[in-house]
Amino acid sequence: MQELALALGQLFNGLSVGSILLLVGLGLALSFGLMRVINMAHGELLMVGGYLAYLVHASMPGALSPVVALVVGFWGAGLLGALLEWLVIRHLYGRPLDTLLATWGVGLLLQQAARNLFGPTGVEVTAPTWLQGAFTVNHGMLAALSLPHVRFFVLAVSAAVLLGLWALLYGTRLGLYVRSVNQDREVSSTLGIPTPWVDRAVFALGAGLAGAGGAALALVSPVTPTVGQSYIVDAFLVVILGGVGSLLGTALASALVGVLSSALQVFTSVSFSKVLLLVSVVAFLQIRPKGLIWVRSRTLEEGSHG
Amino acid sequence: MMRSLALAILGTLISVSVPTRGPAAESWVKVGVLHSLSGTMAISEVTVKNATLLAVDEINAAGGVLGRRVQAVVEDGASEPATFAQKAQKLIQQDRVATVFGGWTSASRKAMLPVFERFRHLLWYPVQFEGNECSPNIMYSGAQPNQQLLPALDWAFQRGHRQVFLVGSDYVFPRTANLILKKHIKERGGVVAGEEYVPLGGTDFSSVVNKIRASGATVVFNTINGDSNVAFFKQMAAAGLTPDKLPVMSFSIAEQEAKAIGPSLLAGSYATWNYFQSLPLPANRRFVAAYQARYGRDAAITDPMVHGYVDVLLWKAAVERAKSFEPDSVRKAAVQLPWLETPMGKVRFDRNQSLYQVAYVGQLDRSGQFRILWDSRQPIRPEPYDPLVFPGKTCKLH
Amino acid sequence: MDRVGKSVLLAGLFAAPWVLSPYDLSLVGRFLALALPSLGVMWVWGYAGVLSLGQGVFFGLGGYALAMHLKVVGLPGGELPDFMVWNGLTTLPWWWAPFRSAFFSLLMVVLLPAASATALGFLLFRRRVTGVYVSLITQALALAFSTLLISQQGLTGGFNGLTDFTTFLGADVTSADFHRVLYWVTAALVASVVLGTRWVLGTDFGRLLLAMREAENRVRFLGYDPAPCKVAAFATSAVLAGAGGALFTLHVGVVSPAQVGVVPSIEMVIWAALGGRTNPVGVVAATVVGNLVKDRISSALPDAWLYLAGLLFIATVLAGPALGRWRTRLRGRPTSLRPEQEVAYVR
Repeated sequence: MQELALALGQLFNGLSVGSILLLVGLGLALSFGLMRVINMAHGELLMVGGYLAYLVHASMPGALSPVVALVVGFWGAGLLGALLEWLVIRHLYGRPLDTLLATWGVGLLLQQAARNLFGPTGVEVTAPTWLQGAFTVNHGMLAALSLPHVRFFVLAVSAAVLLGLWALLYGTRLGLYVRSVNQDREVSSTLGIPTPWVDRAVFALGAGLAGAGGAALALVSPVTPTVGQSYIVDAFLVVILGGVGSLLGTALASALVGVLSSALQVFTSVSFSKVLLLVSVVAFLQIRPKGLIWVRSRTLEEGSHG
Repeated sequence: MMRSLALAILGTLISVSVPTRGPAAESWVKVGVLHSLSGTMAISEVTVKNATLLAVDEINAAGGVLGRRVQAVVEDGASEPATFAQKAQKLIQQDRVATVFGGWTSASRKAMLPVFERFRHLLWYPVQFEGNECSPNIMYSGAQPNQQLLPALDWAFQRGHRQVFLVGSDYVFPRTANLILKKHIKERGGVVAGEEYVPLGGTDFSSVVNKIRASGATVVFNTINGDSNVAFFKQMAAAGLTPDKLPVMSFSIAEQEAKAIGPSLLAGSYATWNYFQSLPLPANRRFVAAYQARYGRDAAITDPMVHGYVDVLLWKAAVERAKSFEPDSVRKAAVQLPWLETPMGKVRFDRNQSLYQVAYVGQLDRSGQFRILWDSRQPIRPEPYDPLVFPGKTCKLH
Repeated sequence: MDRVGKSVLLAGLFAAPWVLSPYDLSLVGRFLALALPSLGVMWVWGYAGVLSLGQGVFFGLGGYALAMHLKVVGLPGGELPDFMVWNGLTTLPWWWAPFRSAFFSLLMVVLLPAASATALGFLLFRRRVTGVYVSLITQALALAFSTLLISQQGLTGGFNGLTDFTTFLGADVTSADFHRVLYWVTAALVASVVLGTRWVLGTDFGRLLLAMREAENRVRFLGYDPAPCKVAAFATSAVLAGAGGALFTLHVGVVSPAQVGVVPSIEMVIWAALGGRTNPVGVVAATVVGNLVKDRISSALPDAWLYLAGLLFIATVLAGPALGRWRTRLRGRPTSLRPEQEVAYVR
């Protein structure tokens, strides 16, 4: 019954890939959905998180290092995000296409800096023993099924991040501000909500999520100066597919894209399945241009016609 | 409008203010060294450039070639085929070099080939490749498929590994290499357990690992390039497929890649090359010492680097035999050279402008060095066109 | 610029083969070919207000259409291009056959980009997909296109692309004469696009296009349908990119997936941005000079180029509005409203 084991394995792989996309996409959903900033350097913030994780694992190897790396990655990338917002982004509000180009430039700078600091080859993070190994079935119907522990860990992290973000947005004052600014910036401003401050906090939060994502990703694959580039296009598609501004949509779209790509990879090569996936997402957006879940919002509608 | 004019003026200033440096005296001869110093291939190619420059300096220290000292003009191919073509043209037309050493990817060689044919010039190409090419204007010192792939297959079948899974990055060398391997595996009664490609730089091997597990393969032939190997070996290990459980034979992992990826992850896996740093030859000990004295005591030394180094020595020998720097005379003299003792063993050019060389199989240990398990005993004659896969095609240049 | 300045520029452009060294001429020639896609970006972004990050696709379609012809033209009957042989193909794919004809291939250089841009444009603009959505979707298509080219090695040459050409229209593509003529053809095409652009902007179509960019909703309220207008601009930009791709392929002698993906597509945009988005002469100058600078810097200090490119992106974008105001003061008339101002009006 190798087919069943292969199919279950692929389903698990799909969810695992989806969970990585979710970690990358959530931060984008924040900055893109709320502020209409197309942050092309988001992938590089992921990379920063990855390198920070590498430093953490190298300086204090131990059972807790993956957790510490998540925290360090989150704060490191988050602070960098705040700096980026202050230096570049805040001058570009209302000009989404310009943010796209400027942040692409930021991405180039960060990539080259990583190359000079850590060398052009990737660095590698060794997971502590409790994350090594896999849940393996050796007998019966599911023989040859093997589910690595690190992938469970990444799944758990992305679920936790999703829940945490949900709690933040719907359970705290900052979340209230954020939702308010999202619905109507000017009215919010009139009501005394410090919108520039909210913007910076949201952008930093998005960057921090990318950093945490990078720290988690480092357990699965190498951290290279260009690691962000391999996720950024997919992550943007996930955000659009899910419906801009909707966390639930982003989560659904991540899982969908992950499982779909794993399923396609059973029948065709990895390269070709990537092409099929990109094209089918673009085709789907023809049918539902607003994505899976459509959030009504003044900011977004005006922006999309701007 | 003003701005565009200002830009134009700035551009002119820059293009004028960067003169071609170096001595112009009669006693010098220029050679081009064209590798990627930036971009994705820089990590591999910079070291080949270093080895090439080491050879140039050694030649100069020993009195030069035909009484002239050699000056290397280094250019950056930036990992882009079009840039390689452009810089090759620059070296030939602008710098008027006597010959060019360089290239790594097949894409860069393919892009440079028309340039060298157009100017009837000569390129020395140092990397193992997929064969199927035969240009009078290129000296192919890197292994042909029958000098790397087939010896690896010999070795695997001798060990009883007859169910082969082929996995590679999605570009030309892996696909063509696997096309050749598949024919030979079937011809010898083995089984191709699977064949998978992942985009260059790809890091998600979950599906591939899943397929390998389900395939019943007893050996994996790996043509994955660069960083992707980290993800591949990591995800293999996480799924319980460590090198001691399922042997992996790699064709693109040498000492330097092993060092960068981390030997702990790769220890126990195999590679086939025409050179290993651990080769116990006197010429190799001298070369390793000279390289490490110049570029760092723990610098890793790889097969393509040694080919880059040997290319310069072969060029010198050919120039001296031809008593001329003229590319056409040099290539004619090169194929008549006698056996030369080099760090990789004894080599000489065949009439098809590729190199006779020995193949070695090594197993990686935890220090990042290969323990040599097997060799082909005699230098193997290079075959650009595999007779089984491409019957009737030959390469006749002289 | 006044009439005299223009004439001098034009004369210099055409006299270059006698002034520059052969290598410098080849550089300027291939960078002029790259100016065509930048002019395309100017059309679709500068005039139609739609930022496409997938221009590399059209560049590639044009380049590959011509390269396919160059690959099969010199072959004796029944023989296959070399890369097909070593990929195990035994017959020429049917869709390669028509490319034996130079006329058909040249037609395809124009038609393939135009048709695909029209189809894509209608799909996108009819559904009123605009702004960043178009940018991100076209970027995804650029990634898909280059991945597809690489994965279909037996049909497309894969990662290596197509190279090693011999003759075109009976001429030896390796001869110096061919490259001189090629330079003039390129220069003439660039010059006529620059001049043609001025003319088109003066027509009703041009005025409508600019009006639409400034205030799409108001144009819609006046009874015009913006979609066909945008599609026309998009198709124009695609044709320019395709022509640039074909010429670049002839200049360099290779077309490969490295020239069609995400990064080259963005590079085309940055030259257009640097040249002022709406100013054809500026765009051409920025492309040629920018690439020359890139060539010199990346030779001398390979690492420095990426830092410089990054800073250039940021500086160009941040300085954009300031430059616009400066130009307005210089000319004494407003150039454009910003989209956010339009939103304010519509409200």
